[in-house]
Amino acid sequence: MTKPSGIAVKFSRVSRHFGAVRAVDGVSFEIQDGEFFSMLGPSGSGKTTCLRLIAGFERPDAGNIVIHGANVEGVPPYQRDVNTVFQDYALFPHMTVSGNVEYGLMIRKVAAAERRRRSQEMLELVKLESMGERKPNQLSGGQRQRVALARALINQPSVLLLDEPLGALDLKLREQMQEELKALQRQVGITFIYVTHDQGEALSMSDRLAVFNQGRIEQIGAPAEIYEHPATAFVAGFVGVSNVCTGELARRLTGSAQAFAIRPEKIGMIAVPEQGPDGWLSITGRVRVVTYHGATTRYAIALDGGGELAVMQQNAGDGAVFANIGEPVKLTWSRHLNQPLAEGT
Amino acid sequence: MLYLHPKLLLALLLGPPLIWLGVIYLGSLFALLLQSFFYIDDFSGNIVREFSLATYEQLFTRANGDIFLRTSVMAAAVTAAAALIAFPIAYYMVRYASLKVKAALYLAVMLPLWSSYLVRVYAWKLILAKEGIVSWFAERMHLTWLLDAVLSIPVIGGPSLSISYIGSFLVFLYIWLPFMILPIVAALERVPASLTEASADLGATPKQTFRKVILPLAFPGVVAGSIFTFSLTLGDYIIPGIIGNSRPFIGQAVYQFQGTAGNIPLAAAFTVVPIVIMAIYLTIARRLGAFRAL
Repeated sequence: MTKPSGIAVKFSRVSRHFGAVRAVDGVSFEIQDGEFFSMLGPSGSGKTTCLRLIAGFERPDAGNIVIHGANVEGVPPYQRDVNTVFQDYALFPHMTVSGNVEYGLMIRKVAAAERRRRSQEMLELVKLESMGERKPNQLSGGQRQRVALARALINQPSVLLLDEPLGALDLKLREQMQEELKALQRQVGITFIYVTHDQGEALSMSDRLAVFNQGRIEQIGAPAEIYEHPATAFVAGFVGVSNVCTGELARRLTGSAQAFAIRPEKIGMIAVPEQGPDGWLSITGRVRVVTYHGATTRYAIALDGGGELAVMQQNAGDGAVFANIGEPVKLTWSRHLNQPLAEGT
Repeated sequence: MLYLHPKLLLALLLGPPLIWLGVIYLGSLFALLLQSFFYIDDFSGNIVREFSLATYEQLFTRANGDIFLRTSVMAAAVTAAAALIAFPIAYYMVRYASLKVKAALYLAVMLPLWSSYLVRVYAWKLILAKEGIVSWFAERMHLTWLLDAVLSIPVIGGPSLSISYIGSFLVFLYIWLPFMILPIVAALERVPASLTEASADLGATPKQTFRKVILPLAFPGVVAGSIFTFSLTLGDYIIPGIIGNSRPFIGQAVYQFQGTAGNIPLAAAFTVVPIVIMAIYLTIARRLGAFRAL
């Protein structure tokens, strides 16, 4: 590891094109040392290519990448102080679990006894201490995922790259692994760069995240910042559910054509004759769809005069539905909850 | 109604091929084995259908031992060379070639198999003959001295390439190469590219990755290919008859004993030899773990 500069990874106007496809298009960001940083975006948005650029599997067509103060231009993957947990885990099928975990140490010619000791340590860390002699194909998906993690962490990299590591797991296991990964990151204290298309995962695990779209970063920030203050319509729509109001609808609600986003859970629903607090926006409509989600109920409200808003209500009391399909309601919310959006996407 | 009786359906479907395999294939092999324990009456030239080891006594003479050795060494050399040439081609086809180039390479590998084997062997005769393409080319490039030097190597050399072990070796190699390339391609296709990246990611140089990851995973393919090239070379009697120094291979000996000499028991005993050699070879391959990944 070179001298710690406080910045683990830095991209300066990095581009990577595949023919006419601009997979990564002039992207710049800085990732702090010890940070849990997520790259969130739909498939094909460039997040995985960014990860592969850091690992060294791809080379940038323009811009430069600095890892711990050193420009990594032309440095092959095997000389970079980063390790990757692959989406398909990429465990070596002809080696045992221990063999897989020890691989990096074997390559660096660490003595066999030392190797065994440290791989045992790693397997304990990921709670697989009794699985060392198994072959990867004798493990479940979650166990393979942990082997991949142990295999990467044993090399004590300065940065760990994770490419949708939980994508292949079922929901229950995924939630459990999310917690374990986060705890593990706090324990080992190294920088995690985590690629995912699951916004819930990115919000709950990250210190900061970058939202990718079409090879560019739409917004970088802490989870709450991204969720509460989305900068663009894309971020508002991709991270959680948002009502994006533009043009005529925006003018009817606020008197200005400035586009804005409003989260469904921020909108209050009252009976038509009632009045919301002073200064709040209000608009009437009829219930078009009611969907019950257990903890919440979601409504689609067709507004009088056109347009539709999604509204979400907590089922805190007796869980009775506020309004049925076809019934008139009034929607109201404080104007300052509107998130003005940048033009464009 | 047949689907209500799955066992009957299975028997009906599997029966004919099993009978074919059991009676025609294994049966004839067994008959062959049986024949080798009969012997020829020296005086009348008739086959005596009594159990005897007399034929095997005849088999293990010095001259026949040379034939076994010659054939086995040739088969081993052809197999080793085929693996060395086939691996890079297969690796390129799987990892680097675009879909179009890959299809073209597949075609290039398979195309020779569609034309007559005899035509191809005779074509090589013209290439390797004394006034053939190779010596013409050597002359033009002022490399005749090199060709002469190669031909003057004891044992494998000869008066011309078409009358030497080098010649038979080259033609064997050419004819059987597709049988080595295709299984290696199949094996490499099953090695995900992410394994190579994972290895590099963990600090392995391309050379280390090749040795620790790619080669072990492609090894079953190499063994499968080597079974083809080795056994095909062991049994072939046409190539050494057309191109070579007229010292007999196993196949030629079998051909000669069952044909002109009419010594069916000895011919049968001769064919048992490659079966035993292949059995030994497969046992070694199994020990090396070649079938673990199948």
